[in-house]
Amino acid sequence: MSVALASRATPRWTAGLGGLLLQRLFQAGLVAWMVGTLTFVLTRSLPGDMAYRIAAGRYGHDMVNTSAAEAVRTELALDQPALGAYFGWLWDLVQFDLGRSLVSGEPVMAELWHQLGHSLGLAAMAVLLSLLLGPPLGLIAGLKPNGWLDRVSEVAASVLRALPPFAVGLLLILIFSVSLGWLPAAGHGRGAHGVLPALTLALALAAISSRVARNAMADVSQSAYYAFSRTKGLNERLSFLRHGLRNAAVPVVAYLGVQFVYLIEGVMVVETLFAWPGIGHALVHAIVARDVPMIQGTALVMGLMFVALNTVVDLLCHWLDPRRRI
Amino acid sequence: MVRPPRSLLLALALLPLSAAADRPLSVVAPWEITGADPSTAGYVYARMRVAETLVDTDADGQPAPGLAGSWQPGDDGLTWRFALRDDVTFHDGSPLTAQAAATSLQHAQAKPGMLDSAPIAAIEAEGDEVVIRLDSPFAPLPALLAHSSTLVLAPGAFDDEGRVTKVIGTGPYRVKSVAPPQRLEVERFDDYWGEAPAIDSASYLAVGRGETRALMAESGDADVVFTLEPASRARLARDDRLTLHAEPLPRTIVLKVNAEHPLLEDERARQALSLAIDRGGIAAGLLRNPEAAAAELFPASLGPWHLGLDAGEAQDLERARELLAELGWQANGSGVLERNGEPFELTLRTFSDRPELPLVATALQDQWREIGVALEVAVGNASEIPSGHRDGSLELGLMARNYGLVPDPLGTLLDDFGTDPEAMGGDWGAMGWRDDDLASWLDTLRQEADSAARGELAGRVAHRLNEAMPVVPVAWYQQTAAVDAELEGFSIDPLERSYRIDELRWGE
Repeated sequence: MSVALASRATPRWTAGLGGLLLQRLFQAGLVAWMVGTLTFVLTRSLPGDMAYRIAAGRYGHDMVNTSAAEAVRTELALDQPALGAYFGWLWDLVQFDLGRSLVSGEPVMAELWHQLGHSLGLAAMAVLLSLLLGPPLGLIAGLKPNGWLDRVSEVAASVLRALPPFAVGLLLILIFSVSLGWLPAAGHGRGAHGVLPALTLALALAAISSRVARNAMADVSQSAYYAFSRTKGLNERLSFLRHGLRNAAVPVVAYLGVQFVYLIEGVMVVETLFAWPGIGHALVHAIVARDVPMIQGTALVMGLMFVALNTVVDLLCHWLDPRRRI
Repeated sequence: MVRPPRSLLLALALLPLSAAADRPLSVVAPWEITGADPSTAGYVYARMRVAETLVDTDADGQPAPGLAGSWQPGDDGLTWRFALRDDVTFHDGSPLTAQAAATSLQHAQAKPGMLDSAPIAAIEAEGDEVVIRLDSPFAPLPALLAHSSTLVLAPGAFDDEGRVTKVIGTGPYRVKSVAPPQRLEVERFDDYWGEAPAIDSASYLAVGRGETRALMAESGDADVVFTLEPASRARLARDDRLTLHAEPLPRTIVLKVNAEHPLLEDERARQALSLAIDRGGIAAGLLRNPEAAAAELFPASLGPWHLGLDAGEAQDLERARELLAELGWQANGSGVLERNGEPFELTLRTFSDRPELPLVATALQDQWREIGVALEVAVGNASEIPSGHRDGSLELGLMARNYGLVPDPLGTLLDDFGTDPEAMGGDWGAMGWRDDDLASWLDTLRQEADSAARGELAGRVAHRLNEAMPVVPVAWYQQTAAVDAELEGFSIDPLERSYRIDELRWGE
């Protein structure tokens, strides 16, 4: 009897974890190499003279002439074959050296460190806000599918997801800064500065997660095991906590991984709009100034961040859903 | 009813008074801070009054004493002596010595910057003077020393390799914190040699999006906002809490013309193209500022270089058609001009880093169609104009040129129109065009120190350029600012050297 029970017990949550992590580590290496190579090829094949671009980024458009561009070309050895520069970059990467920014001359690692902190803070605040807004709303809507709350939240979610983050951000500034005067319009330095950019991202994230949560909850609430929990005498609250929440959480958390794509694309627009000194903003400026090491560095960090966040999602799902551990 | 304690009421009544004294100033502009080095980010430290140059400019944009109280060229025009002001201290407490200033300028000279245009042989310190030795006379040298790439920083600002690690200047404000690429905070420097500023502390924030800047002005997040988009200007003008300011800049939208091209080598062809441009329409319709129409290269802020031509009179389609007919061009069946079976077709290169340029280019395309000129617009990279200049493939280029980087445009004009017969013109100036008179006037201007004689020559140069049209003026840029209505003493520096924040104070 006891033997049979033991074999039916849930495996420890760490079971099968090693393989998962190893797979993700391999993925991270692959992403690093591919992102770096792609950005290298793409930036080199962009039209226009790189030396002029970099000189304009450094000294301003009014100061660029052929002699400034030639000085940049010589200093950065831009006239050397591209293949040599590529292998040089690869060799440096293996040693965890991302080089120096062509524009500011500062080490890319130091600049990224400064910017990454701002972006991660913004992204974390956005995810947190979206989790507070979206899933609870979705779960309540999913308990009574096609009720009025379900309908209203569906319309709101469609509108919010359809609007580009740029427009949502401008609307939020108009409402909360210009009309109400509650929050600063843009900038950084105080905690209040982060609210509007984070909310801009969070609204679009919450739009999706509320619908995913709603569908998951609707499935759960119409399932046989949920009906059984009610017939065996559990009240609505207990059925929800014991049988509803965990089952509905798996798709919501799994979908978070997909949403990070939106987040990474969103920070670029939102950071520029709100003058937030993050990695998305840096990437936009690096591309304009043709600052190849910075482009490679930011793209690399974004790619690795994506892998890391997906790993966290996997771990969460692994912990939430015992069926995955077998 | 519960009465608030009297002390609280008193405190509330006094609050506005104490706030006015130390209310910080917030400045927002689109330009990012690329680091600490004057060669790349000097403009922001100059504008925020952190660091200063040997030569300053007065309200009219003319050279005026800065860190150097006076200067004098030697009799041969080759040795310039700049006598430094007494009792100037850097923000780190060290004194401004001739040696410190000379070292700082030597660092500036080693990097691309304004000093490149002067034939400098050596920069030295002698007593309390900075001595600059030249290979050949160069009268506008003091003007170059007003540029932000020549900011004078303390010896402690540089590391062993000459890299600037920290901005230690002499200005009325010193750096409190700097977070490139966006934020700079400054506070009043109590040992400033000049008049103490009224406002204790100020911040600079680089905000790239025009919409965001306008909203920051509206919400009161920023007290001074530079570079307003045409679209938001009308809305901001209706806001009682803001005052709007505008000032023409010496940056001009110009057409660079390949004067060796068979269709453009005759002066009359270039004049005809210029006469066909509706500058008023471009200025009012595209740039949303009727005063931006430019019938000449240099705006009023450049003093003797400005001719005062009327942009409305610069358009004359009849005259344009006559000139082209004189050159043998006849309209064919489809309205395009033809000569010996060859159509009047040109390609105009421009770029989108300045978003208004492609718009102006398409307006030109439309306006020239009126006189039978077929124009193709190619929007690419800024570098395609200088590279087209080098390999001779450029026909027309539409670009923006700043003639007021320093108070005297001569350095820029020497680059653009050149006196060297071997290398005609310049990247952002004439192409395949040379005028012996102009070359000799520019050469005299290099040496002539007398300001009346300089003014007369400047007028001649401007007049000749306007006649021969090696580059065709189209429109002037304008600097705009939205300012909190409670701020007093605001003005825009037409040379964009300074935000003049030390002249601002909060009104009662």
